[in-house]
Amino acid sequence: MSIATSPSNPSSDGIDLPVPFLDWFISKGWQPRAHQLELLTKADAGRSSLLIAPTGAGKTLAGFLPSLVDLTRRGSPQPGTKKPGVHTLYISPLKALAVDIHRNLSTPVEEMALPVMIETRTGDTPQSRRQRQKLNPPDILLTTPEQLALLLSHKDAERFFADLRYVVLDELHSLVTSKRGHLLALGLARLHRLCPRLRVTGLSATVAEPDMLRQWLVPQRDGGEMADIITVAGGAKPDITILKSKERVPWSGHSARYSMPEVYEAIRRHKTTLLFVNTRSQSEMLFQELWRINEDNLPIALHHGSLDVSQRRKVEHAMQNNALRAIVATSTLDLGIDWGDVDLVIHVGSPKGASRLAQRIGRANHRMDEASKAILVPANRFEVMECQAALDANYLGAQDTPPLAEGALDVLCQHILGTACAEPFRSDDLYAEIVTAAPYANLPRETFDRAVQFVAHGGYALQSYERYARIRQTSEGTWRISHPSIAQQYRLNAGTIVEAAMLNIRMTRHRDKGAAVRAGPTLGKIEEGFVEALAPGDTFLFAGKVLRFEGIRESDCIVSKASDLNAKVPVYAGGKFPTTTYLSEQVRKMLSDRKSWSRLPAQVSDWLHIQKRKSAVPGPRDLLVETFPRGARYYLVAYPFEGRLAHQTLCMLLTRRLERAKARPLGFVASDYAVAIWGLRDMGAMLRSGEITLDGLFDQDMLGDDLESWLDESFLLKRTFRNCAVIAGLIEKRHPGKEKSGRQVTVSADLIYDVLRTHEPDHILLQATRTDARTGLLDIGRLNDMLSRIRGRIMHKDLEGISPLAVPVMLEIGKESVHGGDASEALMAEAANDLVLEALGKDI
Amino acid sequence: MRAALKTVDQVTAGEALALSFDDAEVLLDPAGVAYFVEHRILAVSDLHLEKGSSYARRRVYLPPYDTAATLARLAAMVAKYDPATIISLGDGFHDKDASARLGHEARDAIAAIAARRELIWVTGNHDPLPPANVPGDSVEMLAFGRTVFRHIPDASEFGHEVCGHLHPCARIVGGGRSVRRPCFASDGIRLIMPSFGVFTGGLNVCDDEFAGLFEMSRFRAYMLGKDRVFAVGARKLHGD
Repeated sequence: MSIATSPSNPSSDGIDLPVPFLDWFISKGWQPRAHQLELLTKADAGRSSLLIAPTGAGKTLAGFLPSLVDLTRRGSPQPGTKKPGVHTLYISPLKALAVDIHRNLSTPVEEMALPVMIETRTGDTPQSRRQRQKLNPPDILLTTPEQLALLLSHKDAERFFADLRYVVLDELHSLVTSKRGHLLALGLARLHRLCPRLRVTGLSATVAEPDMLRQWLVPQRDGGEMADIITVAGGAKPDITILKSKERVPWSGHSARYSMPEVYEAIRRHKTTLLFVNTRSQSEMLFQELWRINEDNLPIALHHGSLDVSQRRKVEHAMQNNALRAIVATSTLDLGIDWGDVDLVIHVGSPKGASRLAQRIGRANHRMDEASKAILVPANRFEVMECQAALDANYLGAQDTPPLAEGALDVLCQHILGTACAEPFRSDDLYAEIVTAAPYANLPRETFDRAVQFVAHGGYALQSYERYARIRQTSEGTWRISHPSIAQQYRLNAGTIVEAAMLNIRMTRHRDKGAAVRAGPTLGKIEEGFVEALAPGDTFLFAGKVLRFEGIRESDCIVSKASDLNAKVPVYAGGKFPTTTYLSEQVRKMLSDRKSWSRLPAQVSDWLHIQKRKSAVPGPRDLLVETFPRGARYYLVAYPFEGRLAHQTLCMLLTRRLERAKARPLGFVASDYAVAIWGLRDMGAMLRSGEITLDGLFDQDMLGDDLESWLDESFLLKRTFRNCAVIAGLIEKRHPGKEKSGRQVTVSADLIYDVLRTHEPDHILLQATRTDARTGLLDIGRLNDMLSRIRGRIMHKDLEGISPLAVPVMLEIGKESVHGGDASEALMAEAANDLVLEALGKDI
Repeated sequence: MRAALKTVDQVTAGEALALSFDDAEVLLDPAGVAYFVEHRILAVSDLHLEKGSSYARRRVYLPPYDTAATLARLAAMVAKYDPATIISLGDGFHDKDASARLGHEARDAIAAIAARRELIWVTGNHDPLPPANVPGDSVEMLAFGRTVFRHIPDASEFGHEVCGHLHPCARIVGGGRSVRRPCFASDGIRLIMPSFGVFTGGLNVCDDEFAGLFEMSRFRAYMLGKDRVFAVGARKLHGD
């Protein structure tokens, strides 16, 4: 942990720092920083605070300082007295982060010889230690949201947390946007009730709307209550450049293969380079490309979440020992972990959202007063613009986080059961407690009551399961679990992370023997959906190797070493995350502002100039729509710049409308920037003649009936439903050892979905599913904002041929593989169901 | 809002595929029933009625509409083929108490299906005892002509056999896509019926459980399409 300060910081005058702390600061030649002392003062006054600071600002020590001081004042328990319970709870999104913080916090605590016991508790903590922790709790417990939920579901939760004074929430900005955040918010509401004097400290990177996070930390009683805020100004300006390649930047694609010689050169010139990409497959490919040209045999390693744990630990260890020159990584390395002496961060592909970029750049040089060094490598021309926009955003310090969603109903159901496992509850009391959690502040009582009914016996209108209920209302009106085994069942299923079905990849030396061979070591895990479409003999990239698929045996994907250097099956390499609203806005602004083009590489600005001459460049709030013939087909291309998810939804809905208008659309493709739809009739002519209008085509009302009827037929909702059903506790989570295979779960979830939709379309789980799909896979909110923004601002260009701006999206046609991102895969699976069969003929 | 499950009309509209079985015509319906034209027998297997309430006893609350939905589909098939005899090929009920848990509507629905017809419940591993207070006869197995009807396929059976139990499913891969559907599995001698209950999953016909049951050169998986049945040869089939 870095706690270094400059002499210009104010002294600790007026603040009552205990002697060991003063001595320690003096011995280090340091002074406490202003924000560290401010946080201490606020905590002393009983206030909760949000600390916003860039990486390297000593955020972690600041967060723990009030606890350490309070524990030091309290002193060791007198012999013969009861040892107090947990004093401070630290919660982070990553297990690894908790472990990392443990190491970093132990150093000053040992140096000051403080009477403080620190321990971690994560999914990896052995059962024996968990038991011991309940009998003999540490002073500071470092843990995760799931573990907090589990602790709160125990009968003795109230006693266990009786002495709790502080909660520290790390990486709050990344926690709050997910269902894990919702689970944590509910847990926090419970802690606030158990310990009314609780002080909560949130640690966060810079965010666009800190007030949301401030509300998140404190109970919402009248609405709008906020924690105090302490903001630390940004450290040294990061030194970020965009790779000015001599090579030609491709029109489209995500590989950035063109840049590898220049990237390799940069690695050679630096001590340690972190090379970030957006997806696993991209990391695989670039890793292989780098080794292909690694003439100096530099130690370059690969790190992503699908690799085997032991392999990942090996890489992490080598990294900490500075034994590596470069590491190619995905978001598994994303959050604030210290990684050796990194002096360069290279980001390949679009940074997709400025705050993600800042987070990653913070990795280089974890010291605030030294400038971080980073190079952005755009993979195509639109990404050049996006990188420039991200770069501007980083300098401006404007960072975006996805808007905080309303608390998810499946998580609520899980929490209600957890609460009942701890102790009987009264509906009125629990409802009052839950609406103090910011994400649930607007939860209607009626919805809450339906959630309780769901937990009790499925919440069906046909109440035929009451006699088998999980929780029952007693004559005094409290709800209690009907059998102790229900608590055990809850504990096995708690948490909000529903893993996609994964298969172990195992090597064999025997080829062409199918899956029935002796398999060797495990290389890691791979998505079942990817393997499903492989035929034996197909080759693909994994862990930096080209592997030959042999077959599947139970939960193993059996592979052999491929002789070929090129993998046959193209791995979808697109961006996993859609571009954020903020970044899209910047790109549109840049596009419309001709003066800013000079900041772009010449080949890109030339491209835009030609576009302006041949067609048009839209204003920042406009939508450009081009129509043109090509081959035997007619194309309609639009440029909303709203990210792939929203575009896919838009395409689905536009196609339906064009079909109704008899334009005979045949297909579509959506990129992060544009959409293209093609058909048999000249849509340009149809627009000219007034047979269709753009205002009509892009009318917001498409999000009404068209959306509903599409959703009804869609495969997307089934997948979302499965996750909701697992989180809410309708279907059991899979457990290693005694698990059903992912496929069987999928089948039954689909069947349940069909029956439920037909017979009870308003069921609470379907409500949760639709909400999830709207915000997640479909990005309806964003599409809606776009449609309202462009109303009356659609610019049509009827062209004789393809425009320069249309080239990238046109190149995507037919290139996108079905193994793609979740949404596209689901969309295509939907089309596949009948098509393959019909196309392959009746008797095959 | 459009129904996700096929409506009764949609179920009825499916086009059956005619198969020659024991020198007689059998219609394989995409809804998952087989109609033996000569004897006017409608065969259906693995209804698993009351599976929902069976799970509820273990506190897993599946939507309690499965029995009604399954019976409505069966009633539509009965109306479509107007059989003289209906044979439920075992596992008609999900557990041995399931028939006792049937609600009034379900009992009425079964009575309507059985009216003026012969209804035969072949016992299965899930329902080894005759159902309680439900119309129809209960048998362990029965034969029509040279064809034996039983629940679990018997590899030692040399004649023609119609059975269920395994819930056959088939998977094909094409153009980088994969389609998995319930199917009839047959080599012309043995016919294994797909499961008909709305909450029943399937077992891939490539699984070891099917080994030795078929003459593979004549084997076809008759996959259930939206409104037709697709016959797929063994070479095209993939395991899971």
